[in-house]
Amino acid sequence: MTDISTTNTNKVEGRSLGQLAWLRFRRNKAAMGGMFMLLLIALFSFGGPFLVSHKYDEVFPSYVSVPPSLKPLPETSTLQDVADATAKRARLKLESFDVAKGTFTAKVSASSPIDPRTVRYFDRVNEFKDTQVKETAPDQLSMVLTGRVAQEYFPFGTDSNGRDLLVRVMLGGQISIAVGLAASLVSLGIGVVYGATSGYLGGRIDNVMMRVVEILYSLPFVFLVVVMVVFFGRSIVLIFVVIGAVQWLEMARIVRGQTLSLKRREFVGAAQALGLTDWQIIRRHIIPNTIGPVIVFVTVVVPHVILTESFLSFLGLGVQAPLASWGTLISEGAANMQNAPWLLIFPATFFVITLFSLNFVGDGLRDALDPKDR
Amino acid sequence: MADNMNTTETTVLTVKDLKVNFTTPDGEVNAVKGVNFDVRKGETLAIVGESGSGKSQTMMAIMGLLAKNGRVSGSARYGSAEMIGASPKALNDVRGSKITMIFQEPMTSLDPLYTVGKQISEPLIHHRGMGKAQARARVLELLKLVGIPEPERRIDSYPHELSGGQRQRVMIAMALANEPDLLIADEPTTALDVTIQAQILDLLADLQKRFGMAIVLITHDLGVVKHVADRVVVMRRGEVVEQGTRDDIFERPTADYTKMLLAAEPSGSKAPPADNAPVILEGRNVVVDFQIGTGMFFKSHRTFRAVDGINITLRQGQTIGVVGESGSGKSTLGRALLRLLDSDGRYSFASNDISHLDRKGMRPYRRQMQLVFQDPYGSLSPRQTVGEIITEGLYVHEPNLTKAERDARAVEALKEVGLDPGARNRYPHEFSGGQRQRIAIARSMILKPKVVILDEPTSALDRSVQRQVIELLRDLQQKHDLSYVFISHDLSVIKAISDHVVVMKNGKIVEQGPTDDIFDRPAQDYTKTLIAAAFTH
Repeated sequence: MTDISTTNTNKVEGRSLGQLAWLRFRRNKAAMGGMFMLLLIALFSFGGPFLVSHKYDEVFPSYVSVPPSLKPLPETSTLQDVADATAKRARLKLESFDVAKGTFTAKVSASSPIDPRTVRYFDRVNEFKDTQVKETAPDQLSMVLTGRVAQEYFPFGTDSNGRDLLVRVMLGGQISIAVGLAASLVSLGIGVVYGATSGYLGGRIDNVMMRVVEILYSLPFVFLVVVMVVFFGRSIVLIFVVIGAVQWLEMARIVRGQTLSLKRREFVGAAQALGLTDWQIIRRHIIPNTIGPVIVFVTVVVPHVILTESFLSFLGLGVQAPLASWGTLISEGAANMQNAPWLLIFPATFFVITLFSLNFVGDGLRDALDPKDR
Repeated sequence: MADNMNTTETTVLTVKDLKVNFTTPDGEVNAVKGVNFDVRKGETLAIVGESGSGKSQTMMAIMGLLAKNGRVSGSARYGSAEMIGASPKALNDVRGSKITMIFQEPMTSLDPLYTVGKQISEPLIHHRGMGKAQARARVLELLKLVGIPEPERRIDSYPHELSGGQRQRVMIAMALANEPDLLIADEPTTALDVTIQAQILDLLADLQKRFGMAIVLITHDLGVVKHVADRVVVMRRGEVVEQGTRDDIFERPTADYTKMLLAAEPSGSKAPPADNAPVILEGRNVVVDFQIGTGMFFKSHRTFRAVDGINITLRQGQTIGVVGESGSGKSTLGRALLRLLDSDGRYSFASNDISHLDRKGMRPYRRQMQLVFQDPYGSLSPRQTVGEIITEGLYVHEPNLTKAERDARAVEALKEVGLDPGARNRYPHEFSGGQRQRIAIARSMILKPKVVILDEPTSALDRSVQRQVIELLRDLQQKHDLSYVFISHDLSVIKAISDHVVVMKNGKIVEQGPTDDIFDRPAQDYTKTLIAAAFTH
């Protein structure tokens, strides 16, 4: 009733509906929190690997199933034992061993002259690097060796193959987020165009197009995936395509419903009277006006796609080792739940936070874009 | 009704310093800024104002029905009970039984899932503790009272089975069920045809006489006010501009605004074009059928004939006014003439036969034949800027224009319809109804058409804005030698703008002729009824 619009006529730059929606969105604390979390997780997944020296497929045979800890590994006390064992393997006797500031000094002796090449025995162990001979006794029966101690940090622990879980969670995030976004965009593209065309043209074309959607709906999803994997082999791109190919059905229905009500609106009639073609009307009038419900639906589709990808990976149809997604990490973690619970806890925590955040953002967007609130 | 004023001094409702604020993202909006008035027993008080004047919000605030972001202060007393700030329970004792309300839109005020009888009996069972059989008997009595034909059958009807006028009668019956002291009617006749409008107003007057209740009538229509009100409150921008008896307001208005409102009735007349003016648009034997219900793969054979064999000839510079009540087929005729829907008949435009052209074939003609819609809210896409909206036609018909040229044309078109060219960067929701209708007109005019079909272009607008839009249309017609087909249910607008009138009913032409002949010497009974309903109250 209250006609606010007349009062600010002198302002030239207008506020679009999008800007108004953003204003409303900003006031929703849960949604803003969700968006912040999503940004953090994306930054963690995509930026994190540059800050950590480990590779996602790098195996540390000495550190298999190490629990998460903020202390560097190996600890100094264990280094002594390692050095002892290494010296024994080289048929040497360890006289003394010290560690200071990432370097070690070891004094070894033997009953026969020592070959300087025995340093290789030390290098061969994960814990020691760049071992050099510092001093050699004149009779060559004893030597002082120095070198760097390779201490590693595993804040999330390692898995049963000795790979750093932190890096694998980052990689899993990359793949899950990429699959989620790409498959949603595929479904968005196909679904919006298909639904808008079907709804706008109406009549028999609409009937046929929607029956096609229903037939596709009735095909079992897993069967479809297996068939495609058999024909095209396994690849990440295929996962995008397969999931997108299933998700667009729902999107098409939603957009068609919106279109049916939109095409009765007078601005569509006005466009017809101006002589726009069907495709121009769909592109310029129908699709932009379905954007609200579509955006909201996408925020529901993204978590759904991530879950679907986990399910496929669980069946062995999705991402293959050494690549990992959150789904595969969680399924591995579930298998080792009793002896290595951290393998489940870390990927699951990230996954759950992401899904929660997406849902909050989706809720916030729905409220912000709801025309009834205008 | 005017004769029972001042017979009693007891007031039913006293409103003092009522203020309503809304919190919006753009800051506080003061919708009502301290309003004082009282309603006396048995009188009809009309609250008049244009849209945005706060007249509805005042009553909504009193009834405790404001939107969530609204806040109210001040006082409104019903007898000794304070309504503002009362608990919902205390409010419910009054509203629905002592003070009741009827709304503008009879289509949406009734719940489509329940029968009429059930909806009316509900407050009886709740407020009065009546039994089911007793309530049903009372409902029948009420339906008879409000003049619903065959009440025994209608009591079990669903709302969609009733016409708009009958639905409004049902709403009135609901409001009367508990014999209220005060009936608040918020634009009760705005959505109805003129003949039905008159019936509803007579019914209200009659019921008031019988029950002695007070009526607060909220309306923008001064014709209605003049017909039924005892006293009048004129509101503007949340303030009371003037209040007094009906005669004071209509005969001796003191405030300039009231004078302006009274003078806002569309006036003037249009001279017919020269006899030798060329025929620009012609439709012979226009027939439009609509399919009723659609089968999945087979076309159903039930059809509804919306336009039934109409002949119409529009000359250059002429304005044909098409009048009729809702459902008379006047809008359908307009679309058929523009070849926007499937229809039979022969059509020609500037002596070219366009009867058999498909959409592609029609495209070159589209720029010369434009359409302006009734609803200035629905006819502009909310996701485009005003500039994009008005240049859309250029995009189709002059695709070679550069961006700068299109922009220049947009500026020109906006200036022509009296809008600030800066408006082209803004979005339609930031404009008022009248401004939006100007934008819609600019969208048609940018193509420099020869024929414009105007489908109720002023019906959704306030009187004073209506007058401006009509003047704008007149100017544009003179400047560009345009021909109009002006479709409206509003006879006063038709009288002011057209030189030839076509009266339609049930898809057929009842009567047609020069404007003066139709209005001064109507030949058909239907035309006489229409004119009587529109001008005598």
